Amino acid sequence: MTRKTKDKFVLGLIYLAAFFSVVLLIGIIGYVFVKGVSSINWTFLTTVTSALKGTTGIAGNIVNTLYIVILTLLIATPIGIGSAIYLNEYAKPGKIVRLIEFTTETLSGIPSIIFGLFGMVFFGNTLGFGYSILTGSLTLTLMILPLITRNTQEALKTVPDSYRSGAVGMGATKWYMIRTILLPSAMPGILTGIILAIGRIVGESAALLFTAGSGYLLPKAGKGLLNKIMESGGTLTIQLYLSMSKAQYDVAFGIAVVLLVIVLCINFLTKFLAKKLDVNAKA
Amino acid sequence: MKGASMTREKRKIVNVEFIAQTVFTVCAFFAVMAVVSITLYMIWNGTPAIFQVGIKEILFSSTWKPTAEDPSFGILYVILTSIVGTVMAILIGVPIGLLTAVFLAEVAPKKLVAIVKPAVELLAGIPSVIYGLLGLMILNPLMYKLEQFLFKGSETHQFTGGANLISAVIVLAVMILPTVINISESAMRAVSPQLKAASLALGASHMQTIFKVIIPAAKSGIISAVVLGVGRAIGEAMAISLVSGSSVNAPLPFNSVRFLTTAIVSEMGYASGLHRQVLFTIGLVLFVFIMIINIALSKLLKKGENAND
Repeated sequence: MTRKTKDKFVLGLIYLAAFFSVVLLIGIIGYVFVKGVSSINWTFLTTVTSALKGTTGIAGNIVNTLYIVILTLLIATPIGIGSAIYLNEYAKPGKIVRLIEFTTETLSGIPSIIFGLFGMVFFGNTLGFGYSILTGSLTLTLMILPLITRNTQEALKTVPDSYRSGAVGMGATKWYMIRTILLPSAMPGILTGIILAIGRIVGESAALLFTAGSGYLLPKAGKGLLNKIMESGGTLTIQLYLSMSKAQYDVAFGIAVVLLVIVLCINFLTKFLAKKLDVNAKA
Repeated sequence: MKGASMTREKRKIVNVEFIAQTVFTVCAFFAVMAVVSITLYMIWNGTPAIFQVGIKEILFSSTWKPTAEDPSFGILYVILTSIVGTVMAILIGVPIGLLTAVFLAEVAPKKLVAIVKPAVELLAGIPSVIYGLLGLMILNPLMYKLEQFLFKGSETHQFTGGANLISAVIVLAVMILPTVINISESAMRAVSPQLKAASLALGASHMQTIFKVIIPAAKSGIISAVVLGVGRAIGEAMAISLVSGSSVNAPLPFNSVRFLTTAIVSEMGYASGLHRQVLFTIGLVLFVFIMIINIALSKLLKKGENAND
């Protein structure tokens, strides 16, 4: 083979590989929508599956997913941001920083099934929260912590040092400078981290199966809204998995469509924020 | 008077500063605490069964009958399945991923990058259960047809309905693609343009430059991508739990198999007593694999940093 034909052959392979990823994505989205759109209607989205009323619906799972997203973010965001501030603004390079960064890396490499096992034994049994939304959220907190820490750290790094010395030079204390200058400037980056975290939580299943359980009922009004945190609640992904193992493929594809729509929205949002961040960095 | 209020004010500021710093430090140690307690808990829950069953029997016996009257808990096939499955997924996923990364970093015109890159990002965002659902609905029937064709008339083959090792491997290969593509692409983009220019100036073609200069220069980044892919493949549970079948067998392509992860997912729900403890031992084995991968990765990254200096 001459060099030219060989080069052309390799180039062909490269195009083929890239083409494969695109076809794969279009195929997946297309297949899921074609199979699932017909299951989606108002009843499916707003009622709970009930043999008595003869309805099939995922309202309970949607609410559970919202609960877990909100509760997890409420716990994880402050810790993640705090950790990033410590690493970027307070810590001096050395063993401690290396230890914290190594554990953060490790945490992001641990598979979700391990988080699930740990959450089940630690939050579920040792702390006694059982199968509940709280157990699930605490477990997911560990999982998304690295995501928020890293994104906040990146955002803090893009804030120019002149902002810091300017604020301190005018007599601001460090905390005042962080609160009024650094955090607002880093906000788009922090938001990107939070939105990516939402994506992870919505798509997560293995860590939730044995921690948040599989309840699919809606919370009762009033005090029931708070009590729900201590009750079992299966998210959309868990319900998809359960429906799939029970061979209820219509429901499974219906949920898959809902999940894909959420994933697409999150993707566009992060793109939008990234663009904003870029503009800020240039300004 | 004025001086006294000044010092009070000052003391308050000092206090607030101190509290802020303490709170941030505590936050930062959260990750350390989490990793330490996960490690301790995995060891704590995973080791009792090893002593009870005996390390030789649990790790090196291939009979898995946890619910039989005289139960046996050999997880050798489960471990082997995870290793073989991961290696196969890497063998399929890495070449495709690497070529796509070459496409994005070197070959593609801007317009095509604008199509392929978002597609890859979206692939990374699709929940694993959806990959599982598609594997179950598309791959398994295809594999079943292939199986019927290949083992027609065979009397020893146990038909699996298509839920076998190959189906799981294909799902895993697809799932590691985004990881491999993204990290190798940024590694290739980080290669100094002077190297590329020098190679082209010496008369090498673009393809030769890519494969003989750029990829070797981006080696440490690409290896990190592969290691991360290994981590992702070995830890994936929900996508392959239904696709890979439901019985413990030797990791042969058309066998119904169980991975470390899928054994936990499908049996933890009903397991009790020693069976449950053995599932934690499986979790511990997985955890040990992951820690090895993590440490290797951090060593690699450090090496990469040193090489760039």
